[in-house]
Amino acid sequence: MPGSPADVRLRGLIDTRGAPPDPARWRAAALVAPLFLFLAATFLAPIGAMMWRAVGDGEVAPVFARTLSALDGWDGRALPADAAYAAVVADIRQARADGTLASAATRLNYDVNGYRSLLFSTARRLPADGAADVRQALIALNPLWGERETWAAIRRAAGPVTDLYLLAALDLRRDAEGSVASAPADQSVFRTVLFRTLWIASVVTAICLALGYPAAYLLARLPEKTANPLLILILVPFWTSLLVRTAAWVVLLQREGVINAFLLGTGMTAEPLPMIYNRFAVYVAMVHILLPFMILPLYSVMRGIPAAHMRAAASLGARPFTVFRRVFLPQSAAGVAAGSLLVFIQAIGYYVTPALVGGADDQMVSYFIAFYASRTINWGMAAALSILLVAATAALFLVYRRLAGGQMPRLG
Amino acid sequence: MGRAGSRMGRVWMLAAAATMVAGAAAARDLTVVSWGGAYQDAQRQVYFKPFMDSLKTRMVEESWDGGIGVLRAKMQGGANTWDVVQVESEELVIGCEEGLFEKVDWSKYGGQDAYLKDAVHECGVGAIVYNFVLAYDADRIKDGPKNWADFWNVQKWPGKRALRKGPKTNLEFALMADGVAPADVYKTLATDAGVERAFRKLDQLKGNVVWWEKGAQPPQLLAAGEAAMVSAYNGRIGAANKTDKKNFAIVWNNSLYTIDSWVIMKGSPNKAQAESYIAYVSKPENQAKLPPLIPYGVTHKGANAAIDKAVLPQLPTAPENIASALYIDEPFWVENIDKLNQRFNAWVAR
Repeated sequence: MPGSPADVRLRGLIDTRGAPPDPARWRAAALVAPLFLFLAATFLAPIGAMMWRAVGDGEVAPVFARTLSALDGWDGRALPADAAYAAVVADIRQARADGTLASAATRLNYDVNGYRSLLFSTARRLPADGAADVRQALIALNPLWGERETWAAIRRAAGPVTDLYLLAALDLRRDAEGSVASAPADQSVFRTVLFRTLWIASVVTAICLALGYPAAYLLARLPEKTANPLLILILVPFWTSLLVRTAAWVVLLQREGVINAFLLGTGMTAEPLPMIYNRFAVYVAMVHILLPFMILPLYSVMRGIPAAHMRAAASLGARPFTVFRRVFLPQSAAGVAAGSLLVFIQAIGYYVTPALVGGADDQMVSYFIAFYASRTINWGMAAALSILLVAATAALFLVYRRLAGGQMPRLG
Repeated sequence: MGRAGSRMGRVWMLAAAATMVAGAAAARDLTVVSWGGAYQDAQRQVYFKPFMDSLKTRMVEESWDGGIGVLRAKMQGGANTWDVVQVESEELVIGCEEGLFEKVDWSKYGGQDAYLKDAVHECGVGAIVYNFVLAYDADRIKDGPKNWADFWNVQKWPGKRALRKGPKTNLEFALMADGVAPADVYKTLATDAGVERAFRKLDQLKGNVVWWEKGAQPPQLLAAGEAAMVSAYNGRIGAANKTDKKNFAIVWNNSLYTIDSWVIMKGSPNKAQAESYIAYVSKPENQAKLPPLIPYGVTHKGANAAIDKAVLPQLPTAPENIASALYIDEPFWVENIDKLNQRFNAWVAR
């Protein structure tokens, strides 16, 4: 928030070009230093290191150093020179001895399927040192060595940075010529998933607003004596573990769960309703978990709207709806914005709830981050998708700031 | 394998560390690593303790949750404290390729011919056999399904189908449901047309599928009536019948099986003891003691003869069960998993 008083003061602490350093300022800086260092060490550094993995590309270059220098100046239109074939044999032989072939093979297999076995099968039957025609020998070993794409993939992986993961996170990839192209339809998933994530988050936010606004209004209008016990009802679930609440929905919604048993028992339905492992369950559980994040900011803003304003409007002849629309609603807008932002940003990062109550086509971006981070150990893809998520959040926040005229949301 | 009991592993690791400190200069004891939980309890009873008693030797046990990265880190760190590890077939294939394991000298274990064909590998000796089977609740379905084509038949047997999330196992099931003979499944999958055919078959079932990710889920889905039929680990279905008094039925026809193997870590200082351990637990009379405790098959051809006749039909290795089963082709999956994962995720998202 450039220009706010706090900002000016903060800048004064850091920017010492003007006045000579003031001992009081140094003391203040020393006081915040531990927190700053703590955040830097536990928050900024790990996140930065993780983000770096989305673009960092250091697995192949050390292993295929000779090959890469032999490929220097290769135009990519014909097969590389014989020197490159000799170099790749030397590199594979050394990597095999050092045990470094696996990580390079894994990285190349992300780009070109089949690269892993190409390298390992070649490593098992390497032509002898100084063989007469290494090129012929390699191509006889595996015809893939006679394809430009095989060599282009090594060069694409030369590092130190790559756009492979970031492009893949947008369903794009580079072809043999090096230009960006769409991934084939049967390999494209992330655009759909990103759109779905934003859609689910929007719907959840809208439902939370529709349910939360009247509730907050009621709470804010009630005398404190009555409002406080009601607030407890909102806070108790808020304090309960997310996992517990999600599991509770599984119990309620499943095919032979509480709700279906009731519906069947009273004869309201003949067949159990499919209420879980679908989008409906995701909406229900997410709204339930996120609703307090909507109600609390709304309530705090609405509490601050003097009742006298409404009475004044009414006494000047405004009808109840006009009073609400012209006087109350504009003053509660800050709460609406804060609550919506809070709910939306949390919702787009949701993982556990959709994973437990959703079906296969209800999974959001976080699911795929977890998939790559812990299942296939492809940290590059996990980091690239995280960047996608952070970028979406940041873009949203900027839009919000533009709309709110630079004001920070009041969070309770 | 069930991924449980890593805390147990830590306790044992502490024990191992303490022993090492106590032993100071003495060489460390043979360290055997398995999968923890009920499975390792059974192994302790029939393998670890009898091994120590009969050979008057000491060994330390640990447990792990799998992952080739763990083994790589052990070797790269240079402080490998593991000698014998039970690995899944994926780790066996990759680790062997990367030179993490010692090569097997089969003459020490009675020769390759004494074991099931798929239990023999240049880097590992098969330990147990377990299957992905079709299972259903026999209390709810009287006239049950017989094969994967029936699994796909939602007209005759309405209700959801639970399958493991991911391409592995499902593409095989889909092709067999589509009439591909088990022997031709991987030949078909190796072609683009074959992959296409498998996904088209999965398309037919897509609206009726519940996906599971953890081995404990399929029996829960059956118990809750959430799914009419599931693909599941045979051991989990057997355990649900035994401990929860369920009446789940297993269709062994065209199931998929895989094998966990014992490997010796490369450069182990206890290689001779490690070999005598593997030789001990590979003897048919010793292997035969494991299945009554936990319904996994064992790998020595001579073991089945010594197994209780009441237990045998529940095992993956019973002759009538293994006859039509297909061995999961791990080299195929190591090669193609990135591409097929991506394609599967794209297919699921559509």
